[in-house]
Amino acid sequence: MTRIGIVAELGRETRVAATPATVKQLLGLGYDVVVEKGAGESASFRNEEYAAAGASIVGAEDAWGSDVVLRINPPTENEINRLAEGATLISMLSPGLRPELVEALAARPITALALDAVPRISRAQSMDVLSSMANIAGYRAVIEAAHEFGRFFTGQVTAAGKVPPAKVLVAGAGVAGLAAIGAASSLGAIVRATDPRPEVADQVKSIGGTYLKVEVEEEMKSSDGYAKATSEAYNRRAAEIYTEQARDVDIVITTALIPGRPAPKLLTADDVAAMKPGSVIVDMAAGQGGNVEGSVAGERIVTENGVVILGYTDLPARLPAQASQLYGTNLLNLLKLLTKDKDGQLTIDFDDVVQRSVTVVRDGEKTWPPPPVQVSAAPAAQADATRAEEGPAGEAAKTGLSPAGKAGLIAAGIAFLFGINAVAPAPLPQHFTVLLLSVVVGFYVIGKVHHALHTPLMSVTNAISGIIVVGALLQITSESLIVQALSAVAVLLASINIFGGFAVTRRMLAMFSKGNKAQG
Amino acid sequence: MTDTAAGLLTAESVAGAAYIVAGLMFILSLAGLSRHEKARAGVIYGISGMIIALAATIWLTLQDAWGSGTGLLGLALLLIAVLVGAAIGLWRARAVQMTGMPELIALLHSFVGLAAVLVGWNGHLEAPELPEALQGIHHAEVFIGVFIGAVTFTGSIVAYLKLSARMKSSPLTLPGKNVINLGSLAAFVALTIWYVNDTQLWLLVVVTLLALGLGWHLVASIGGGDMPVVVSMLNSYSGWAAAAAGFLLNNDLLIITGALVGSSGAYLSYIMCKAMNRSFLSVIAGGFGIEAPKTGDTDYGEHREISAQATAELLTNASSVVITPGYGMAVAQAQYPVAELAHQLRERGVDVKFGIHPVAGRLPGHMNVLLAEAKVPYDIVLEMDEINDDLNETTVVLVIGANDTVNPAAAEDPGSPIAGMPVLRVWEAENVVVFKRSMAAGYAGVQNPLFFRENSQMLFGDAKQRVEDILRAF
Repeated sequence: MTRIGIVAELGRETRVAATPATVKQLLGLGYDVVVEKGAGESASFRNEEYAAAGASIVGAEDAWGSDVVLRINPPTENEINRLAEGATLISMLSPGLRPELVEALAARPITALALDAVPRISRAQSMDVLSSMANIAGYRAVIEAAHEFGRFFTGQVTAAGKVPPAKVLVAGAGVAGLAAIGAASSLGAIVRATDPRPEVADQVKSIGGTYLKVEVEEEMKSSDGYAKATSEAYNRRAAEIYTEQARDVDIVITTALIPGRPAPKLLTADDVAAMKPGSVIVDMAAGQGGNVEGSVAGERIVTENGVVILGYTDLPARLPAQASQLYGTNLLNLLKLLTKDKDGQLTIDFDDVVQRSVTVVRDGEKTWPPPPVQVSAAPAAQADATRAEEGPAGEAAKTGLSPAGKAGLIAAGIAFLFGINAVAPAPLPQHFTVLLLSVVVGFYVIGKVHHALHTPLMSVTNAISGIIVVGALLQITSESLIVQALSAVAVLLASINIFGGFAVTRRMLAMFSKGNKAQG
Repeated sequence: MTDTAAGLLTAESVAGAAYIVAGLMFILSLAGLSRHEKARAGVIYGISGMIIALAATIWLTLQDAWGSGTGLLGLALLLIAVLVGAAIGLWRARAVQMTGMPELIALLHSFVGLAAVLVGWNGHLEAPELPEALQGIHHAEVFIGVFIGAVTFTGSIVAYLKLSARMKSSPLTLPGKNVINLGSLAAFVALTIWYVNDTQLWLLVVVTLLALGLGWHLVASIGGGDMPVVVSMLNSYSGWAAAAAGFLLNNDLLIITGALVGSSGAYLSYIMCKAMNRSFLSVIAGGFGIEAPKTGDTDYGEHREISAQATAELLTNASSVVITPGYGMAVAQAQYPVAELAHQLRERGVDVKFGIHPVAGRLPGHMNVLLAEAKVPYDIVLEMDEINDDLNETTVVLVIGANDTVNPAAAEDPGSPIAGMPVLRVWEAENVVVFKRSMAAGYAGVQNPLFFRENSQMLFGDAKQRVEDILRAF
C-alpha cells in the first residue's frame, strides 16, 4: 500500500501539510498515512489527534522514507537526499524562481510536484494554495497593521471626543488585496484600493473598498489570471496617485506581485517620508524585493519620521492552524485528482493540464516548465491581438474614412452649402435652412428609440410621410383636367397611407402591455 | 404660391402658421414614439398635426377655388379621393395580420412614392410663371422629386413582393450591378441638366422609367434577410420624396416633414445596420454581402431530433428558459401558443425570458410587435445585449424559427458570410431546442453549425403545431 508521510517543517515555519481532518480523508483515498512526531505541534495539532484520525506517528527518517511525502516549504539539499527512490514529493517549490532546486530534485530518481504551480483555471481552484495562502496573508496583514497602529480603525463618537476612522490604502486587488480590503473595512476603516486591472473595480466595491482608477488610455486584460507589467504613462499616473494617497492615509498594505519578476516599486522613500508619524506600511511583497522603498524582508523597520514598515514574509504562518487547514485541503484535492480510483495508487496523467502543470520532475526527469495554460478571457486576448495587428488602419477601414478624410468631407459639405446659399435665388436658401434643421431634429428625436418601438415608429413616420397629400391638394384645383385627375389619384394614395398608417400604429401600441396588465 | 391676390394673403399666412404648428406636432410625435410611456401620446400628436395640416391646406384651396368650375370639380374629386383613401386605409389597417405588418408598411411606402411622382408630373404639366432664374430650379425640382418618388415606388413594391413571398427572396445578381446603379445615377444627372435647359415631356417620361428601373434593381439585389433595413431605408426615401415635393411647391411643411421622416428613417436603418454589422453605405447602394460563398461542403456532423413530449419534460424540469423567436414564428403564426407556453411555464415557477435579436423577423421590432399582440409582458422581452451574458446560465433555450440570428458561425468562423454579425449566443446554454421545418439554411443561405452541437436538439415541424403539442404534453 502506498504510504504518505507528513514531515515536519524546518525553522520558524509553524504550518503543517496535513491536519487530522485531512488525514482522515487521505486514508479514505486508500493511502496509509504516517506523521512525523510533533509535525503539527506549532499549528496546535497534537500527535494524539493525528493518531486518533488513523495516522501512525513515526520518526523523521520513517516519515521521509514514505512513498509520497507532503510538505509545505521546499526541501533542502539534505532533505532531498532523504527521499526514497521512486518517491513523490508534493510541496511548494517555486520552480520558476529556483532553477537550482529543480536541478537538485531532478538529480534524484523521484517525482516532484509543485503545489504552487497549479494553473489558475476554475477547475483547479480547489488546489490553488497561492490563493488560499494569499487570503490568509491579506487578513493577517491588516491584523499586523492594526497591532502596530496606535489608534482605532473605526470612527467613533464617544463621551471623550470624536475619533476619526483610519484610512487604509491597499495596493493590488488580487486575492491577498481583496482579503485585506475586506478585513480592514470590516474593522471599520475607510479602504481604498488600486489595481492595474479595471475589471476588479466591482470586486473591490463588493467587499467595502473604493477603487482608485488610474486614468490613462490603456486597459489591461489579464489572460492568465495574474497582473502584468504596466506601461510608462500608466506608471507615472499611478505614482502620482500613490504620492497623493501616502499623505492622506494611515495604513498602506501593498500586495503587488508580478510572476517571475521582482515586485514593482510603488511607494518611494519620499512617499514614505510624507506619511504621518505612526502610520503603518505592510509590504506583503517584501520577500520578492518589496513594493515599498526601505522595506526589509522579514523585518519591522521604523523610519525616521516614525512610520512602521512591516516586511513580514511569513504572514500565512502567523495563522498556523488556519493556514494548515487550507493548505491541507488544497493538497487533499490534488491527491484526489491524482488518485482517480481511490485505491491508494498515485498516477500522474500528463494529458490533464493541472497535473501536467504541477509536475516539475517525473521519475528523475525534469519536466519544467510546462506548456503555458490559457486560463481565462481567451477571446479577449484574441481580440486584442487582432486589434493590435490591424492598428489604426483597421479602424479607418471599418468606418471607411480616415479622420482627415472625414474632416475633408465635412469641409466640402460646408463649402457646398455656402456655395448654394450664395448663388441660389430667393426662396431656396430658406428652404435649405428648413431642410437641414429638420434633418438634424429628425436624427435627434429618435436617437434613443427603444428597440421594441422600431415598428410603430416606422409606421408612424410612414403615416406622416403621407403629408405629400398637401402637395397634391394644392394642385387639385388646377385648370387642367389631367392635373386634376393625377392629383386626385395622389390624394387617394396618400390618404390610404395616412389613415392606414395611423390606424395600424394605434393598433400596435394598444397591444404593448406590461406585466400583470397583460393577464387582464 | 405665385398668386398674390390681396384676399389670399391672409389665408396663406394663416396656413403658414398652421404648417408650423403641424411641423412641431410631427416632431413631438416622433419624439413620443421613442419611449413606451409616451408612444400613444406620440400618435395623437401625429394625428393632430396631420389634421391641422390638412385643414389648413383644404381651406387654402377652398379660398382659391371657390366660384370657378374647375375649382368645384377639384373639391369634389378631393372629397371623394380622401373618403375612398381613408376607407381603404382603415380597412387594411384593421384587417392586416400582425405577421403581415412588414408587407403592409412596405406597400404604404410605395403609395407615398407614387404620390410624389404624380405631384412631380403635375409640377411639369402646370409650370407656374416664374422669373428666369427660378425657372431652371423649378425644373430641377420636378426632376428630382419624380426620381426619388419613382425609386421609392418600385423599391417598395419589390420589398412588398419579397416580404409576402410573391417574389424570390434571394438577391438578384446581375453582372455589373454597381455599374447599373452608378450608371443610372449618372444618367439621371445628365437628364436633369438636359431637362433644365430644354423642358420636354419625353425627358420626364424617360427619367421616370429610369428611376422605376433603378428602384426595382436596388431592392431586388438585396436578400430577403436584410429586408428590415430596406423597409426602414425606403421609409427614409419616401420622406425625401416628400421633401423634394416641398421644394417644388415652395411648401415648408412638406420640407420639414419630409426631412424629419427622411433623416429618422436613415438613422433607424443605420442603427439596424450596426446591429447586423453591415456597411450602411452598401445598403443604400443596394445589394451587399454577395461575395461568392465559401465552399459549403463542411461536414458538420449529425443533428439530433427531439419529440414534443421530451421537450415538455425538459421545460418543466428547467429552472430558466429563454425563448429566441425569429421569422419562422411569424410565418407559423405561433406567437399565441408561444405566449401561452411562456405563461404556463411562469405559473410553474420557471424563469422565462424572451431574447430578441435586433434584426429578428423582417422588420425592426417585428418580434416585439408579435409578442405584444399575444400579450407577452414586455418586461420579460429582452434585447440581445441584455440577455446574451445570461445565456450560459440558462437551462433551456427554445429557438423558434430563428436561424441566422443564433448562428455560432458568425462569432466563430471568420470565413462565414455573416462573420462578425452580433448573434444571440444560445449555444452557451445547457440545452438548445431548435424548432424548424427542415434542415434548410436560413435567409442568409448559411448553414448553421448550431444544429449539430452536442447540446442542441431539433424539433421538426410547424412551429405553431409543435408548441401546441408541448402545451398538451404539460
